[in-house]
Amino acid sequence: MERIRVLIAKVGLDGHDRGAKVLARFLRDAGFEVIYTGLHRTPQEVARAAVDEDVDVVGISLLSGAHIPLVPRVIQYIREYGGNPDEMLILVGGTIPHDDFPKLREAGVDGIFIPGTPISEIIKFIKEELPKKRKGKSK
Amino acid sequence: MNVEEIVEGVISGNRRLLARAITIVENEYPESKELMRKIYPRTGNAHVIGITGFPGVGKSTIVSKLTEEFRRRGKSVGIVAVDPSSPFTGGALLGDRLRLDGADVNKNLWLDEKVFFRSMGSRGRLGGIAKKTGDVIKLLDAAGYEKILVETVGAGQSEIGVLEVADTVVVILMPETGDDIQVNKAGILEIGDIFVINKSDLEGAENVERWLKYMLSLDEETVIELSKLSHADDAKIMQKLKWKKPVLRTIADKGVGIKELANEIERHYEVIKKNGILQEKRREKAKLSAIELAVEEIRSEIIKRYKQLLDKEIDPYTLADKIVKEVLKC
Amino acid sequence: MGEMVEKIKEKRKEWEEECLEPWLSKSEREIKKFETLSGIEIADIYDPSDIAHIDFLRDIGYPGQFPFTRGVYPTMYRGRLWTMRLFSGFGTAEDTNRRWKMLLEEGETGLSTAFDFPTLMGLDSDDPLADGEVGKCGVAVDTLKDFEILFDGIPLDKVSTSFTINPPAGIILAMYTAIGDMQRVPRDKIRGTIQNDMFKEFHAQNTIVLPPEPSLKIIVDIFEWGVKNVPKFNLISISGYHIREAGSTAVQELAFTIADGMAYVEAAIERGIDIDKLAPQLSFFFNSHNDFFEEIAKFRAARRMWAKIMKDIYGAKDPRSWWMKFHVQTAGCTLTAQQPLNNIVRVTIQALAAVLGGCQSLHTNSFDEAWALPSEEAVRVALRTQQIIAYESGVANVVDPLAGSYYVEWLTDKMERLAWKYIEKIKEMGNGSMVKGVLKGIENGFFIREISDSAARYQKEIEEGSRIIVGVNRFKIEEDLRIPLLKVDPEVQRRQIERLKKVKAERDNKAVKENLEWIRSCCENNENVMPAVFEAVKSYATIGEIMGTFKQVYGTYRKPIII
Repeated sequence: MERIRVLIAKVGLDGHDRGAKVLARFLRDAGFEVIYTGLHRTPQEVARAAVDEDVDVVGISLLSGAHIPLVPRVIQYIREYGGNPDEMLILVGGTIPHDDFPKLREAGVDGIFIPGTPISEIIKFIKEELPKKRKGKSK
Repeated sequence: MNVEEIVEGVISGNRRLLARAITIVENEYPESKELMRKIYPRTGNAHVIGITGFPGVGKSTIVSKLTEEFRRRGKSVGIVAVDPSSPFTGGALLGDRLRLDGADVNKNLWLDEKVFFRSMGSRGRLGGIAKKTGDVIKLLDAAGYEKILVETVGAGQSEIGVLEVADTVVVILMPETGDDIQVNKAGILEIGDIFVINKSDLEGAENVERWLKYMLSLDEETVIELSKLSHADDAKIMQKLKWKKPVLRTIADKGVGIKELANEIERHYEVIKKNGILQEKRREKAKLSAIELAVEEIRSEIIKRYKQLLDKEIDPYTLADKIVKEVLKC
Repeated sequence: MGEMVEKIKEKRKEWEEECLEPWLSKSEREIKKFETLSGIEIADIYDPSDIAHIDFLRDIGYPGQFPFTRGVYPTMYRGRLWTMRLFSGFGTAEDTNRRWKMLLEEGETGLSTAFDFPTLMGLDSDDPLADGEVGKCGVAVDTLKDFEILFDGIPLDKVSTSFTINPPAGIILAMYTAIGDMQRVPRDKIRGTIQNDMFKEFHAQNTIVLPPEPSLKIIVDIFEWGVKNVPKFNLISISGYHIREAGSTAVQELAFTIADGMAYVEAAIERGIDIDKLAPQLSFFFNSHNDFFEEIAKFRAARRMWAKIMKDIYGAKDPRSWWMKFHVQTAGCTLTAQQPLNNIVRVTIQALAAVLGGCQSLHTNSFDEAWALPSEEAVRVALRTQQIIAYESGVANVVDPLAGSYYVEWLTDKMERLAWKYIEKIKEMGNGSMVKGVLKGIENGFFIREISDSAARYQKEIEEGSRIIVGVNRFKIEEDLRIPLLKVDPEVQRRQIERLKKVKAERDNKAVKENLEWIRSCCENNENVMPAVFEAVKSYATIGEIMGTFKQVYGTYRKPIII
């Protein structure tokens, strides 16, 4: 029996955790295994957790405006620690201005969720996009 | 990536491959059997310590402090944290990795090369651990982690799963919450090798300690008496008597009592190594594991082969009889 | 009176049976049960029988008089309008100074400082943990030098400044006082507020550096120092805003804020501070959320509760000590990224509630804040919103105009009762002491759990569709969500780090070292740290150096994870 494992990460000094915590609950209720990193984690710590826990999805929540450079850094460290971001879904949620979307996508982000996105949409995205991204690659 | 490469990776300390191996085993992918068979010879070196106790007693703090302490003593530490999966949705909130935050924000266990933390959902298994926790522990063992802490959500009687995997079982209690109830659960007394009263600065710690020591002494006496009456295995009596179960007090979040706890854990390891109990336990575990694996295979075979038979409308007793007769024939 | 109430009750019953029920049986209602946002069930209609238990003279009275339900001043806005104080800050001190001057020109009447995350967390701009965050969500401040630039051309005797800062609050207060000294403004003319409320950080906002007890100790140090040195400056803004933003209900916001306030007062009394000297320098900070009448009732209940608490529980003698003065900010969490212009409407309703609730100062959010920090255009509209309410709508021309409304008085009373229940519970957790109760609640996760549960419940309602958010789960459109947004100059971090280097090179480093040593010894000997902090600040010690000293002695803290 396998379960989709999701890492919900708060990276940097941002202290807003309402969204991350509510999302964690809802994902659990949707049948995912959720690992929440807690607040104030560095990009290295998030990457280490992502690799060691071999998660399928990394969800980074940021409302501090520091998504650039912090999100690309997380992805960079995942690679450095031997993980493969191309085999996981990298999602970002928070106050992300539209102009920053291209930069994030370039860095490897698969989905960007602005405030107000229904959680059901995020769940749907994960269920649909994860197999697509893996495209039959055996785990 | 083939199984050989993964096994090589696990043994040579490649974290990423270890993580991947754990996933393969946890999800029971087809390659998991070969994987386990290949790494099995590399196991048996780690000291597996089970940490159990009611929610809220401070298990995660103790796991965190013990990790720090063992690291201070130069040991590498693997941690497996098991959390309950929802019986309805199958989802779970896992692995409070906060356990890796030491008191000193500068000494970060998150990035310590000699610490590996993995969370698991119970995925329907009752008893405090997941079905594959034992195998995951073996992987950490093969990867070279010297101390492996297994944290379960314990409530005494129902959490005997930890016995299947641990060499040393530490039971954590705390004052104030119906101490008598905690202690009276026979299960706790039996499964624990070491007892810890955490948050011992709270009122009621004395009472819990007294009760616990009393119950344990009864336990010992009973064992001696019973052994005189029945034909109990001499070795088993020796086992129970060679190790007098200590009761310790800690204030984990202040770091109080942790050194002593680590000492007792080490001492237990030495004792069971010396008196051969460790070997015996491991043999026993391997035996049970083999039976369980075999039974599971047979089980799925039965479901596969006898599908038609199973779908027929016969009473289960007659049906079982039929199947067993057939199985034993071939 | 009792007879009249009986007659009314009868008439009500008659109305329900003969008018309402037949009507309902004919028409289908979309919503079956009506509740406020906090889950208080509300009836179709309210009449005198609903407030028969409320005594006008005892519970409502007149503004400027106990229990101050109707306002802390007799004339309220007829005497002076609320302060229009827009929270702002970004980039370097120069960038923020420029935005402030623009706001003052546009008619803002008070300044309010937003700091960046490194500053909020007591880190310098060159700290590795600050990388990528400098100047992004507020102004970067490392030393007194930044304050000199921040307040360049801004006279401290003409303008009051609010600072949203918590762990380093004492340092910021010292900096502001030093600027006042430099401008030769008499100390008793220095006005403003430091937020300085660590309890709500542990409950909700999470800018935490030191553990709870030392955090409280420093806050009381600031009280002691502030009462003597800057008697017209608000030494704390006991906040509910953030608790609400984290997902609590209005009742929880009300209850937890007042509980925190009580705990601070108790701690001050324990220190030996004269409560009548301190009370005028206490202020509060509430959220103004969507449920219009619930918010108004909350503000009125808050005033009445605090007055009773200060007078009857803590024995303050001076009537000024019974006043609850508060600032309000419209609810950030209600701003939507979709159809952003709708936010102007939301903010207007929320601001109106704050005004009808009698706030002393008000911040209105900008419509683009679900995306980024406010652009100039958006912040102007936010300010105009307040000005239109003040000058065009007429609501400011009568004091507490909603008093006597059957619904509003009923709801005010109801919220008060529900809040008291929570306060009693917290008191019990502390065996009769509010300080111990709040600290216990922080330790065992009580506040976090309550807030988390409310947040999850709220989200569930949105996901199910039983709570409608216009533009988000109803009345959606296909839209190009690209709107002009404020961009923070990426060079900010580099410039700020350069400035910091220069300051460190040019200052008297020996003096800084001595002052930091002094701070350290005050911590170790349990003395008031503020005199040492003040000297350190004047010698251009950095926020990171001072907070670092505190961390060395008191250690750090990580919040437990309670989802």
